[in-house]
Amino acid sequence: MTASAHIAPVASSALTVSAITQRFDVSAPWLNRVIERKSRLFVRAVDDVSFEVPKGGCLSLVGESGCGKSTVARMVTGLYAPSEGSISFAPGEGGKPLSVQMIFQDPYASLNPRWRVFDIIAEPLRELKLRSTEAEVAARVVELLQTVGLAASDGRKFPHEFSGGQRQRISIARALAAEPEFLVCDEPTSALDVSVQAQILNLMRRLQDEMGLTYLFISHDMSVVRHMSDQIAVMYLGRIVEQAPTEVLFANPRHPYTQLLLDTIPDVAAPRRDREPSTGEVPSPLKPPSGCTFHPRCPQADQRCSAERPGMTALPDDSRAACHRVAEMLERMV
Amino acid sequence: MTILPRQVSRLARLRQSDLWWSFTRNRGAMAAAGLLLVLIVSAFTAPLYVVQNPFDPAQLDLLNAEYPPIWAEGGQWPYILGTDTQGRDILSAILYGTRISVLIGLASVFFALAVGIGTGLVAGYYGGLIENLLMRFGDILLSIPTILIAILVSAIVRELLPPSLREVGAGGVLVFAIVLSGWVQYARTVRAQTAVERGKEYVQAAQLLKVPARRIMFRHILPNTLTPILVAATLNFGMAILTEATLSFLGIGMPASQPSLGTLIRLGNQFLFSGMWWITVFPVLQLCLLVVAVNILGDWLRDALNPKLR
Repeated sequence: MTASAHIAPVASSALTVSAITQRFDVSAPWLNRVIERKSRLFVRAVDDVSFEVPKGGCLSLVGESGCGKSTVARMVTGLYAPSEGSISFAPGEGGKPLSVQMIFQDPYASLNPRWRVFDIIAEPLRELKLRSTEAEVAARVVELLQTVGLAASDGRKFPHEFSGGQRQRISIARALAAEPEFLVCDEPTSALDVSVQAQILNLMRRLQDEMGLTYLFISHDMSVVRHMSDQIAVMYLGRIVEQAPTEVLFANPRHPYTQLLLDTIPDVAAPRRDREPSTGEVPSPLKPPSGCTFHPRCPQADQRCSAERPGMTALPDDSRAACHRVAEMLERMV
Repeated sequence: MTILPRQVSRLARLRQSDLWWSFTRNRGAMAAAGLLLVLIVSAFTAPLYVVQNPFDPAQLDLLNAEYPPIWAEGGQWPYILGTDTQGRDILSAILYGTRISVLIGLASVFFALAVGIGTGLVAGYYGGLIENLLMRFGDILLSIPTILIAILVSAIVRELLPPSLREVGAGGVLVFAIVLSGWVQYARTVRAQTAVERGKEYVQAAQLLKVPARRIMFRHILPNTLTPILVAATLNFGMAILTEATLSFLGIGMPASQPSLGTLIRLGNQFLFSGMWWITVFPVLQLCLLVVAVNILGDWLRDALNPKLR
């Protein structure tokens, strides 16, 4: 995959997410709470996250599993309501907010095993009444199947007759059937072989160019993200720690966590055998560390990091990072 | 349009299915299915060929009373399995009784399924307080033995019904009593499965399309919960027939004017010690055959639908 210059069109934002927070109630059942005298327990899966996605662009959220990126995706699509903060879409055609659809991570769970592919793709058309007659629905399903590179006769089959990559194509066709202007892609390739990943990613890029879609792309794979996005936001334990244009982030990662993530990309041409393996695990979001939540694993942490939570520092090259070291460096420069 | 799902005939699809394959290789299941078919068809076509309508007093003749079965000494054609003290042909009575037993069994399984599936889907899909209320109510019902609930209900409802309706409504009361204790099992199975399916991404995809909850439950989730339900329903069909027979035997089920197999067994029981064994033994035999056939089929279905056992 090449790092193609996928320059974001200078345009207004399609999606504005401001300070959203998601708390999940993970308390024990009522009876256990009463008997064992436990208090209620909440997890902040997403904590004070803000970002904007420009129209026609692609913003990627990256981070380890459990960092809250899928929760953000589900809040953006409206499957979960945010506990705090707001999510607003720019008006699309006809003045209504941009319509959102989602491509899911697991191609084996995202298609109903009892439904034929034809009915799966026709469901949005029928539910949203996008076509009035069954003949039109059928014609549109064929068109969609061909758009994603499947044959018209595949509509007759059941999902289990397809491979993971083909299922993901079906999933994309279903999402497109609803005629969305904004697609949320929740790790659409993480369950696929590398060779198939490239096919699906290229298909998604092609669709973006042809239909002018805007993407919110979720992944943990830095090379996939580099291929897809204009902007990258790095999440750690429910917060965004760094956000930057793709090439800036890869060329000049500011946050120690981003540096750690980039370090983990294997490089075939110049393998770095001397690379220091990173230590530590992601702390439990039930009891996040004090101050900067990354400080227990951070090589540059000092006392300030464990005491004080860093704010976002905006940098001149359009990037921003939540790290005391970055802020201190900026102060020295000024 | 050529791409529309070609409607393969249901029969052809059945012939190609794993289930049919497993069925044709299981002699026990085939024998049980054959037996069940014979029992049910013979019962429902009985009015076409039996000697008499055993419950039409005008067709009974006291002169023909107390014949033993035809192979015993004193047996009389056409009363193959003998007659009772009122000249009623036992074979005819059994066939008519089987009809009632099967109908009550089917009706109670059907209504228990309807209530159980509905409750299970709602409880599993919405969770929270609704789930707790519905399922705890079910748990309370489960903690009381089926027979006890049935006795209680049929006794109470019978008292509430006006006397003129008691005989006519007996079947309905029985079905209600059996359904009341039977739906919980389906509800639990469906709830557990629904809670699993609800979290899957295909349900979220449907929610994104703003598909109404009712349609998500019935069109998306329900087909994925049906396998264990099918097995339970088959086995419970046998259980429902037995419960009905038990209640009728105890005298709180079907009245003597429209007797099920259980009623026949109770009525015949009185004559067992006076040597007229045929009045009660043949209905017992029929009941055993019916329930055993259903249970063998249910066991086969359970194994055939469980991929881990293949």
